Amino acid sequence: MTSHTPLLSLTDITKRFGTLIANNAISLDLHQGEILALLGENGAGKTTLMNILFGHYVQDEGTVRVAAGGDVMTTLPPGSPGAALAAGIGMVHQHFTLAENLSGLDNIRLGTEPLLSFGRRHAARAKVEKIITESGLDVDLDRRVDGLTVGEKQRVEILKALYRDARVLILDEPTAVLTPQEAEGLFAVLRRLAANGLGVIFISHKLGEVLAVSHRIMVLRAGEQAGELVTAQADRRAIADLMVGKAVAEVTRTPGARGRALVEFQSVSLGKPGHRAALHGVSFDLRAGEVVGLAGVSGNGQSAIAALISGLAVPDSGTMRLYGDPVTRADPRRLVAAGVARMPEDRQHDGVVGTMSVADNIAIEEVRSPGFSRYGFIDAKAIRARATAAIAAYDVRCPGPDAEARLLSGGNVQKLILARVLERAPRVILANQPTRGLDIGAQAEVHRRIIAARDRGAAVLVISEDLDELFALSDRFLVIHAGEITDAGPAETLDRATVGLLMAGQTHTPETLAS
Amino acid sequence: MDVLFDIFGSANFWAAAIRIATPLIFGVLGALICERAGVLNLGIEGIFVAGAMAGWLAVYLGAGLWGGVLVAALTGAAFGLLHAFLTVVLGLSQHVSGIGITLLATSASYFTYRTALPDVSSPPRIVPFQSLDLAGLSDLPFFGPVLFSQTALTWLALLLVALVAFVLYRTPLGLSIRAVGDNPASVEAQGLSVIGLRIGAVVVGSALMALGGAFLTMSAFDAFFFGMVNGRGWICIALVVFASWQPGKALLGALLFGAFDAFQIRLQAEIGQVVPGQVFLMLPYLLSILALVLVARKADYPRALLQPWTKGQRH
Amino acid sequence: MSLRLEPREHAPLGLRLLVSLLAGAIALLFVAIPVMAAGANPCEAYVLMAQGAFGSMFALSETLNRATPLILTGLAATVAFRARLWNIGAEGQLYMGALAAVLVGSGFLQLPGPIMIPAIMLAGFLAGGLMMVVPTMLKQRFGADEVVITLLLNFVVILFIQMLIEGPLKDPLSMGWPQSVPLLAEAKFDKLVPRLRTHWGLIIGLVSALLLWLMVKKTVLGFEIKAVGENKPAARFAGIPVDATMLKVALISGGLAGLAGVGEVAGVKGYLSADLSPGFGYSGIVVAMLAGLSPIGSVLAAIFIAAVFVGADSMSRATGISNYLADLVVALSLLCVLVGSFFLRFRLAPANPKVEA
Repeated sequence: MTSHTPLLSLTDITKRFGTLIANNAISLDLHQGEILALLGENGAGKTTLMNILFGHYVQDEGTVRVAAGGDVMTTLPPGSPGAALAAGIGMVHQHFTLAENLSGLDNIRLGTEPLLSFGRRHAARAKVEKIITESGLDVDLDRRVDGLTVGEKQRVEILKALYRDARVLILDEPTAVLTPQEAEGLFAVLRRLAANGLGVIFISHKLGEVLAVSHRIMVLRAGEQAGELVTAQADRRAIADLMVGKAVAEVTRTPGARGRALVEFQSVSLGKPGHRAALHGVSFDLRAGEVVGLAGVSGNGQSAIAALISGLAVPDSGTMRLYGDPVTRADPRRLVAAGVARMPEDRQHDGVVGTMSVADNIAIEEVRSPGFSRYGFIDAKAIRARATAAIAAYDVRCPGPDAEARLLSGGNVQKLILARVLERAPRVILANQPTRGLDIGAQAEVHRRIIAARDRGAAVLVISEDLDELFALSDRFLVIHAGEITDAGPAETLDRATVGLLMAGQTHTPETLAS
Repeated sequence: MDVLFDIFGSANFWAAAIRIATPLIFGVLGALICERAGVLNLGIEGIFVAGAMAGWLAVYLGAGLWGGVLVAALTGAAFGLLHAFLTVVLGLSQHVSGIGITLLATSASYFTYRTALPDVSSPPRIVPFQSLDLAGLSDLPFFGPVLFSQTALTWLALLLVALVAFVLYRTPLGLSIRAVGDNPASVEAQGLSVIGLRIGAVVVGSALMALGGAFLTMSAFDAFFFGMVNGRGWICIALVVFASWQPGKALLGALLFGAFDAFQIRLQAEIGQVVPGQVFLMLPYLLSILALVLVARKADYPRALLQPWTKGQRH
Repeated sequence: MSLRLEPREHAPLGLRLLVSLLAGAIALLFVAIPVMAAGANPCEAYVLMAQGAFGSMFALSETLNRATPLILTGLAATVAFRARLWNIGAEGQLYMGALAAVLVGSGFLQLPGPIMIPAIMLAGFLAGGLMMVVPTMLKQRFGADEVVITLLLNFVVILFIQMLIEGPLKDPLSMGWPQSVPLLAEAKFDKLVPRLRTHWGLIIGLVSALLLWLMVKKTVLGFEIKAVGENKPAARFAGIPVDATMLKVALISGGLAGLAGVGEVAGVKGYLSADLSPGFGYSGIVVAMLAGLSPIGSVLAAIFIAAVFVGADSMSRATGISNYLADLVVALSLLCVLVGSFFLRFRLAPANPKVEA
């Protein structure tokens, strides 16, 4: 933070999508060697702002200026990722932008050499290796990207930016896919890069990590600039209020009344043996009146567990029992009829058929049951009546039961799914990433519904990447790593560090728990 | 067994195999370039027809043979540009657009042929490409007749295999094309134009497909017939999968196919009395289906194949 | 003022109709260029085409006769495309349907007269359906792309038919022409109007369109087909048996194309030959797209396409312009309606005026 001229300066950026104002007159400066955190709820406008900065979107008003040597700043032409790259802005997206069929090195070179040339592979390698040595971003450059771990892919993304001599590095929710320990490693790299003069913008909705890594924090709320403060002087509570705009109610959770086992996994294996995302002989149970939180870094077998409880798969070996009877056929309808409520991980992709109506999407699981059809003919009236009631009861904001589901926001899609699955008073609930991408109001609503179902006696499995959410909901923790499950015990006996160690694959022993 | 030995031992057979493979080499390379960039081009069948007709007609109307080749390539490129506009710029269904291009290119070719030559009863002929004898090498035993009885277009096809492989694997352009067919976001994030790369690939790929057609009328035969393409384009689409989108394997696949086809023609001569001719004619199509079924599971499809892209789109 | 594209929330029926009508009209306008290139006056050509297609009872009957198989192949494509099953093999399925009709209806089987027609229809439906069920199973089992397989099968089927009509099915009385033994009289469809060629196949086509409409709009199967077609993972998650649904679609789609073949044999030719269909299977794709995948619309689109063919034939006889003009119109209609579908998804709206300020 030596120079007075900022590296980057955004002035009065405004962006509208139809009637929605995603960014309203946002201004920010970033200086050399500084880590600036952009903090806000989902939907606060963080990603939109960065997409404008990087040229993916065109702002309706405002300018982006970058340092051009000395005290001079030049205005960046809007809507041009090429210009942003050339000005030394590098962005690591939440979803990686890597070609999986190319090596790490080729991904880094992509777009940096004249298309009609023979390329400069060797020079490129030398430069990347130098950057690796300086930054500590170790990665196998010759391996195809589809063979890399998530952490390694993220390193390739950062190397891409540094290879282009980025002076500004933007990271969009970089820790969502990392274990707490991996996140620590990333923070160390970022501090080192900042010390060498890089300016970093760190986008996050997680307060804790923002406090841990940043020098300065800008809080966005509903597209507005809610506040800006120096991290060293920041008060956790005050920032939380800035983010949400009202006092945050502490989540209170009363312990559940643990009943009999409704779902039992006995040495269940599924998928390619030895594969990280496969299951290797896992055993656990879900009991009535209990919320079980499944913690783990994504891609460690959660999908397989979800597929089994959703009825999309049956174990390769071992037994999964529902109410004591083994499940031997992959048949979601049978599970639904037996009272299993399933919320899919990717609700837009697996949860709704976008071009079908809200009403049809609410009825879709039970369209063959007598309530909704007779002799193979749809009872449109019944479907519509059910939908009208559900829209009111679950506060699904939509133009009406006949509106296409693709017009709904993420939060309302989730409410639609809640309306679909909870209305039948299910005995078992699978909540897979139940609040990912939802704003805080919708989150609270989903949590309230889940707890209410538990209090009614349902067995609930919550799969989430968000430890805060798991601690808010769970009576008991399971931790999954490389397809193996550890029963971490009651939530009261655990803290984040312990769960984090288990997520990273540390064996669960009394010693580790004690330390 | 003697029959088989006679067939596989004859230079004639291998020369025919390469000749039959040539249009497929052009076609598979063309389809491969399009698909590597993420665009399925089902216009291939019609582009074959258009290339065959346009190249032939140009020569018939007085252009040189290479002039005809150029006309064919430009015709293919024009249909490719239309396909690219519909599927890449507007993001419309690649399946439907491709079928539409095939119908359009075929009917336009037939209409043009009929309109240009209203009063012919038998198809007029041109003087086609002659076999290219490099410094009398055709006198070499076996290899002479196999290799040096081929025309310049066959050599062009072989050259293009090497060229496409080189560009795809050894140049930044190839890197970008492979990336845009796998994850367009990767290309855009690095400041390149997804749309531009895809349009370029479809146009060039379609030009190559048209050369496959031109080979039929300007080298394999010397005239244009209705229905002469006869599914060769579709076979190329199957062969691309078989070749895992790699130029070297594409050459191998086309040659295997050519050998098989040459073999069935000779086998037909041997045992045609017992087995109806149509059985032999079916074999190439059935072989293509079989090849597709066998490799489909393992096929490493370009991940973005069939996926349209709009600028600034997130996953 | 500059314009920009914004996604539509909903495409009203009127707009969809307009797009289809415009697509056909623009395709017709486009071919003025080749007509002029061929040295004729486009206006006269259009008048001749219209007269040839609709100018007399005979012309109208020919148009409806031509539309009959197109309705059925159009419906075949409609039901398949709705489920995102790319059946490009209606041509082959049509021939298999025709073959089954000949096998059942030409006396190889001794069937009582009254059940003859239902029998050949059922046989044709199943034979055509099977031709689509097999590629669909190959797709499900091996991941093999159904587009290429159905396209290639078209060539295999034609060769197979040629083999049979030059071999075991050859009509000994055909004076060497490769055609099959004829259908028995009781297996033939009656004409709708005496002395005109329009036959009961047209009624079968219309009823099929109505049934398909009913299926799409009112039945659980239609609901499931829509879910599977629009979002397979979500349908699977919701418990809809995706593979079984696709197989039903394949059977119906191939079956409808097979019925088209039955109609051509039983209603028009009376025997099977290798020139039974001048590409009805491929034109069916255009019919379906032009109809916006609406079963009822397919009837109208089929009549339009048929009129183009019949009209172009008639115009061709009068002016000497090649009747491949009709194929040009058909191809252009497909591309035009495809472009039109873009405007069903997006609308042109004035760009935000503040950007210019």
